[in-house]
Amino acid sequence: MITIVLASVTTVLLLLIGTPLAWWLAKRRTALSAAIEAVVALPLILPPTVLGFYLLLLFAPDTAVGRAWEALTGSQLAFSFSALVIGSVVYSLPFVVQPLQNAFQRVPAALLDASASLGATPADQFRSIVLPLSRRSFVTAASLGFAHTVGEFGVVLMIGGNIPGETQVISIALYDYVESLQFDQAHRMAGGLVVFSMLLLFYIYRSNGAAAWRVSR
Amino acid sequence: MSDFTLAIACHGERNFLLETHCELPARGITAICGPSGSGKTTLLDCIAGLRQPQAHSTIIFRNTTWNAQGTFVPPWQRGIGYVFSDARLFPHLSVRDNLHYAKTRQSALTVHSFDTVCEEFGVTPLLDMAPDTLSAGQRQRVAMARALLGGPGLLLLDEPFANLDSAATRHCQRVLKQLAVAQDLPMLYVSHNVEEVAQLADYLVFMRDGRIVDQGPLLELSGKLNTQLSRDEDAAAIVEAIVGQHDAAFALTELHLEGQPLQVKLLAAAPGTAYRVRIPARDVSISRTRAEDTSILNILPVEVAGIAAVDNARVMLQLRIGQQVILARITRKSAATLSLAIGDKVFAQIKSAALLSASAATL
Repeated sequence: MITIVLASVTTVLLLLIGTPLAWWLAKRRTALSAAIEAVVALPLILPPTVLGFYLLLLFAPDTAVGRAWEALTGSQLAFSFSALVIGSVVYSLPFVVQPLQNAFQRVPAALLDASASLGATPADQFRSIVLPLSRRSFVTAASLGFAHTVGEFGVVLMIGGNIPGETQVISIALYDYVESLQFDQAHRMAGGLVVFSMLLLFYIYRSNGAAAWRVSR
Repeated sequence: MSDFTLAIACHGERNFLLETHCELPARGITAICGPSGSGKTTLLDCIAGLRQPQAHSTIIFRNTTWNAQGTFVPPWQRGIGYVFSDARLFPHLSVRDNLHYAKTRQSALTVHSFDTVCEEFGVTPLLDMAPDTLSAGQRQRVAMARALLGGPGLLLLDEPFANLDSAATRHCQRVLKQLAVAQDLPMLYVSHNVEEVAQLADYLVFMRDGRIVDQGPLLELSGKLNTQLSRDEDAAAIVEAIVGQHDAAFALTELHLEGQPLQVKLLAAAPGTAYRVRIPARDVSISRTRAEDTSILNILPVEVAGIAAVDNARVMLQLRIGQQVILARITRKSAATLSLAIGDKVFAQIKSAALLSASAATL
């Protein structure tokens, strides 16, 4: 249950952060945007434990971030649900930003010019042209972000603390079952994850293949 | 008289530089002609605000400054309509929704009725179709309707008839011409084909290598010597005649050019209406006396108004007929043999091919 809530909250945040970021990356070609792009992509190649290690250090009560969080919310950041959400957002960011960035780059600038000539402001152009033309990529991005958060292990292991009912997510619970040789529970959990992931990926690929939009020339 | 002032410098791809300083009429239809790569579309993009020219560039349309040092009005605030050469319909919207897209964002400058515009451009039967199921010509007509429904104060058209057949072109030209007059909607119309603009334009701008080389009222400019146009192999004068009798038996229509008869291919135009005829300079020859035993139908009494050398072998003659002029390109030897001089009264013989060919009929 914690897992579903975590993945849902993370996905919503990812779309809110990822959409403007992807748009900016799709439109700008500067050294700064290339650097940001690299940072966003970092979780793809780094072992999750590396990421978790640094986040753990950052969230500790004696750091600036940890102190600021405690002053603001009155509770500790490390080993909290909020820490899990932040860690998951960082960890899954490339899975949301990259499909969106690719989709935005595929929207022909010529169509935005046409829309501007008809009186559409940039915000209007984004809403009326870019969003509808990249609708499917939003489904892909959200599904990948959600699924990837469900499947994470290393990051949550480092910063979550495995507190049942608060920060114990499914992948770590599975690990615990195996450690304590409770194979029946482990089987149920692992099998459930396989079926869930399979269904999600099937849904993504089917909706992408069917009627991807084409631009008439 | 409100004006349209352009002083634009704009770098394009591969060292291309557009550099124009001119005053254009802010009324009627202005054609921008020139070979491909001469900067016509770049000029339109600058006027639309889709391309940012260099900072010192100035564009002032009817007392509104669009570009100046420190000023840049974005395209969505310029109240323009732009018909792109590649139509650019929105692929995720039906034809109807493409048109509504323009209608819901229309500027307050002019307002056109949805149904009327759809009827005029023949897009009513296409309304529920998706853009990618349309033919190139249909897309072009939808693009014209869409640009108009935006209620523009200036209409930019980039090769709008490239994919239309000649009947559809004539029809759309008529609609545009009517709008330009009745709604006082100025238009800038880009074409690589001078012949195509002859019926439509009031004013002609000729571009080459990013610069404006000739500009002026169409009829006047086309009859001038010493312009880039007159040095072109396809140089032609455009004259305005009145439609007279149709002769169905011989498939000819008689026009009256300054009171003189001019036989052309049978036209659909009604008697009494004005009709422009483009007469290529290469198809006009000169004689001192009116030849009686000739196959040439059209022989006009004219007065030599100007002579200019084209190259070593040929000269261009400017021939006055009433208030209008036609051009004739003849060999220098012929000019010498006939000892032609300004003020001479001669006869211009116009080859039938010039006025009877299919291309002449589309004018």
